[in-house]
Amino acid sequence: MTQSKISVKNLNMYYGDFHALKNVNLEVEANQVTALIGPSGCGKSTFLRVLNRMNDLIEGVKVEGSVLLDGCDIYRPEEDVVNLRKRIGMVFQRPNPFPMSVYDNIAYGPRIHGIKDKRKLDEIVEKSLRAAVIWDEVQDRLYKSAIGLSGGQQQRICIARLLAVEPEVLLMDEPTSALDPLATMKIEELIQALKKEYTIIIVTHNMQQAARVSDVTAFFLTGDLLEYGKTDTIFTKPTDKRTEDYITGRFG
Amino acid sequence: MKNSFVYKYLSLRNSESLGRFLTTMAALIAIVSTITIVVFISLKGLSTFTTNGVSLKEFLFSTNWLPDRPLAEGGPQVGVLAFIIGSLVVSMLAVLVSAPLSIACAVFIVEIAPYWGQRFLQPAIELLAGIPSVVYGYIGLSVLVPFIRDNIGGLGFSVLAGFLVLSVMILPTIVSMLIDSLKSLPRDYKEASLALGSTRWQAIRLVLIPAARSGLVTGIVLGLARAFGEALAVQMVIGNTRVMPTSILDPVITLTSAITMDMGNTPMGSLWNNALWSMGLLLLIMSFIFILIVRYGVRRGGISR
Ligand SMILES: Nc1ncnc2c1ncn2[C@@H]1O[C@H](COP(=O)(O)OP(=O)(O)OP(=O)(O)O)[C@@H](O)[C@H]1O
Ligand SMILES: [Mg+2]
Repeated sequence: MTQSKISVKNLNMYYGDFHALKNVNLEVEANQVTALIGPSGCGKSTFLRVLNRMNDLIEGVKVEGSVLLDGCDIYRPEEDVVNLRKRIGMVFQRPNPFPMSVYDNIAYGPRIHGIKDKRKLDEIVEKSLRAAVIWDEVQDRLYKSAIGLSGGQQQRICIARLLAVEPEVLLMDEPTSALDPLATMKIEELIQALKKEYTIIIVTHNMQQAARVSDVTAFFLTGDLLEYGKTDTIFTKPTDKRTEDYITGRFG
Repeated sequence: MKNSFVYKYLSLRNSESLGRFLTTMAALIAIVSTITIVVFISLKGLSTFTTNGVSLKEFLFSTNWLPDRPLAEGGPQVGVLAFIIGSLVVSMLAVLVSAPLSIACAVFIVEIAPYWGQRFLQPAIELLAGIPSVVYGYIGLSVLVPFIRDNIGGLGFSVLAGFLVLSVMILPTIVSMLIDSLKSLPRDYKEASLALGSTRWQAIRLVLIPAARSGLVTGIVLGLARAFGEALAVQMVIGNTRVMPTSILDPVITLTSAITMDMGNTPMGSLWNNALWSMGLLLLIMSFIFILIVRYGVRRGGISR
């Protein structure tokens, strides 16, 4: 039996008194795209942020159970959170490039992890921008501010910025919700291409998107992981009635 | 009266128009007083050059300040370079001390310890802004000056004492501009940096502070303007000698303190008196430039979002 990339066991998560994730068990295989779906407020973002410990920043958060990355519990006390976040990167709902040049945005991660050599940085920047399929659009404005780009371009810059630190897992929280259909399509193609090298977990409200890009789909409802399995199965023969209702848009 | 223009235009019948009348008047008073002050200072200040025939070059670039010397002895001369340099040196050094301190304070308040920062540090810093400058001067005079004399050297009255006092005075200006601009940054910047595996310190140093640079520059320019224009506190601790300082322990004189020292004992209309007005005009022009930098320079150079 091969080991899962990420293995979540009996995970409970609380914001103070509020029980946001209830006994979640989930295995994420390497080089697959896992889609998290579910109605607003069901805990998808919360779950995603559990995986790279971004919730540590929020006061009063309590996590129980275990989250294993390559078999190692990321919540054990001696875990190096900074290094963990380098291995599990995140793309946010709203494109959030730093207010600096395109080049500096991409070079930011490598720089903070100690790469100073200009040639090496140039190489990483180009490689990451190509991998995020944005190189052609920005190659002659590398030294201009990334803030001036369109939303879809900004989001791909953010993905490139993430790829530059060579993470193993990409967490994407509704990466296309602020984008138009064309930009969305580009990001979806990108996700397909990236899964060869990365393990991807994506939150989406768009059922077609989940069906298009993911191998595995997990359905959350008010903090419970109701159902997860092969995307094909979930979308054609869901076992739970509530999953079916949600997918077909008959929900609430 | 009932048909008069004012009566009709503002139709003083109801309270709405009364409000409009009052605010219009207030605005007019503000505009008129600004204009009269500028015109008055300009007329007075320019008379050094028009009436007394001093060349602008001599005024700005000569260090010979001999306004009471008779013609036979080479006077009168009104070169104010020493004062200009004094003002520049003291204010710039003040900013140099205050800016890093302000960055540290603002970062502490916004990012490191918002609870303690906003409850205790921020009010404390804001309080600094409300202390009258004579009190700053008095403290400088009775604590700082003897301390410098006894422990560092010189007379105590010095460039050093001047910029230290000023750096505390301008701290609130820079801090509050920086706090505003740090707070207005989207939370996303910090999260994005952390999610790339940065430490909190790296996020602050490499993303947040650079992103808040327009606020920093605005704060620094306003602080510089305040330092440049401050007279009383500075005058009390810098010794006011009219020679170029050669070390920070030397006494020095600034434009503002030169004006306040002499304005009482010079006859209106004399060259000496006119030269003081020219210095006032110079201060006015400087602060005008500072305002222009803040309004146009910073905004354009800053981040458009
Ligand atoms: N910082 C917080 N403190 C307290 N409660 C929170 C916090 N963040 C989220 N919650 C609560 O946790 C629950 C799950 O929130 P979460 O953001 O994970 O939902 P979501 O599934 O991502 O929703 P959406 O699709 O709208 O993004 C919600 O009820 C929300 O109110
Ligand atoms: Mg969410």
